[in-house]
Amino acid sequence: MKKEYSKKVLEEIIKKFPEVTVKIHGPRRTYLSVVREKVYEFAKFLYEKKGFRFSIATGIDTREGMEIIYHFTHDEAGTYYNIKTLIPKDDLKIKSLVPFLPAADWIEREMHELLGIDFIGHPNLIPLLTAETWPADLHPLCRDYQDEHKELKIKKKLQEEHCEE
Amino acid sequence: MRRVVPIGPYHPLQEEPEFFKLIVEGEKVVDLEINIGYNHRGHEFISPTLTWDQVPFLVERICGICSDSHPYAYVLAVEDCAHITAPPRAQYIRTIVAELERIHSHYLWLGLAGHFIGYNTVWMWVWRYREPLLDLFELIMGNRNHYAINKIGGARRDILQEDHPKIEKYLDLLEEKNKMFTSAILDDPVILARLENVGILSNEEAIAYGVLGPTARGSGYAIDVRKDDPFDAYDKVDWNMIAFPEGDVLAKAKVRLIECFESIKIVRQCLKDMPDGPIESRVDEIPPGEGIGRHEAPRGEVFHYVRSDGSNKPIRHKVRAPSYMNIASNVVAVKGYSIADAALVLAAVDPCYCCTDRTMVYENGKRKYSGQDLLRLSHEKTEKIRRRYRK
Repeated sequence: MKKEYSKKVLEEIIKKFPEVTVKIHGPRRTYLSVVREKVYEFAKFLYEKKGFRFSIATGIDTREGMEIIYHFTHDEAGTYYNIKTLIPKDDLKIKSLVPFLPAADWIEREMHELLGIDFIGHPNLIPLLTAETWPADLHPLCRDYQDEHKELKIKKKLQEEHCEE
Repeated sequence: MRRVVPIGPYHPLQEEPEFFKLIVEGEKVVDLEINIGYNHRGHEFISPTLTWDQVPFLVERICGICSDSHPYAYVLAVEDCAHITAPPRAQYIRTIVAELERIHSHYLWLGLAGHFIGYNTVWMWVWRYREPLLDLFELIMGNRNHYAINKIGGARRDILQEDHPKIEKYLDLLEEKNKMFTSAILDDPVILARLENVGILSNEEAIAYGVLGPTARGSGYAIDVRKDDPFDAYDKVDWNMIAFPEGDVLAKAKVRLIECFESIKIVRQCLKDMPDGPIESRVDEIPPGEGIGRHEAPRGEVFHYVRSDGSNKPIRHKVRAPSYMNIASNVVAVKGYSIADAALVLAAVDPCYCCTDRTMVYENGKRKYSGQDLLRLSHEKTEKIRRRYRK
């Protein structure tokens, strides 16, 4: 019953957005790949028209670029829809989902500080978890992060602040 | 005129690190700013440095209260990635432990809520009957907390036949006492006056903020992973999802109280139906791919995402605890109520800051004090106080 419902919903999604690449991992796990420009529109469609719940987003630093997976769930059918998108590393920008989805507020701030992705249109893109002394250009979940840089950069930041005073 | 009332960075009542900046006009709260991250531990950073089998012990320490939920969701994620299923007996064992943990967590909240509104009798009575449950955990798994029952492809320990009567005896006691708490709390006019129509989170706001667990179900947003996306033994036993439409603190309390009855029901059926057989299946390697695990923790859905490249370590592990979504919804729930209600409303989501921050104190990979040192320090302080008052 739920399986057929889930299948019907997926067909409707593909009809509306034919450019989406679909990969079905298990009975209740579906991965959809979308280009960066389409993510906002696609997520808005899923959330507002289909009644999906926003669960969380994952940012991953890969060889090909920065990957973001937006995890949406369709609770009536119990299916997870994971919207994948790839951002080139020399242009880490994507449109923020916060204007229509307040639930994405904290996770976008977290990805901004841990991975250095800029969310355009986010009303308050300040650090969420890292300390006040943490340098803004140091992103701990990036592949090139090294602990040695941390001490140096924090020292430098403190020195600069001290000079300003 | 607007004034700021700071609560934190160390919460005076909940004794956890978070910062609530209440912006008030007279007695009324008009806005709230939340600041977290005072104890960021960086689990998502540590996890890819450990092997698949070491990670459950790491994620177990994300939270001491729901120390079964995180490893449970993690092993489900890895099993989803590798297309493994645990043997039936292991599935039942994991379900039993998860449900017992739900009862102990709800009792913890209930006791604290009683303490917050000045009903210390509620706190003492509820915690009195929470205590034997912790002893039960020790009996089954050898530890009152951090049970280490979950393992990729099974369970780590068996529930022995000779322990069944002890568990059943406790469940009988608990059912009786839970009835007593439910009627005592829901019949008390003062408690009702304190909880009713306070901190209302409407259904629309609940959906917009993506709240989870009892917070969502108290706002008429009926979501429960155990029903929506059943795993292990949850679709093999009979139980009901509890939801109330009011959205106030009372509705959340009712959800938690009545859910305990459902948990008792699930554990009883699991003990009765538990099949014989092995408790773990052999897992040789995790193939490249990705997996998602979700488990209904006492506070809501725990979400774990893992990605494998075929090596012995995950290359990315994302953790989303329920309080991460629930605490953010306080911004709307607390608006328009008085300062006196604020502490209660902020606590109504059963916040768990260690989950939200995923924190622990470690200095350069070394522990600052050992257990013996702490004991010595406390003895010294007691001596000091004694000397002061003897004069």
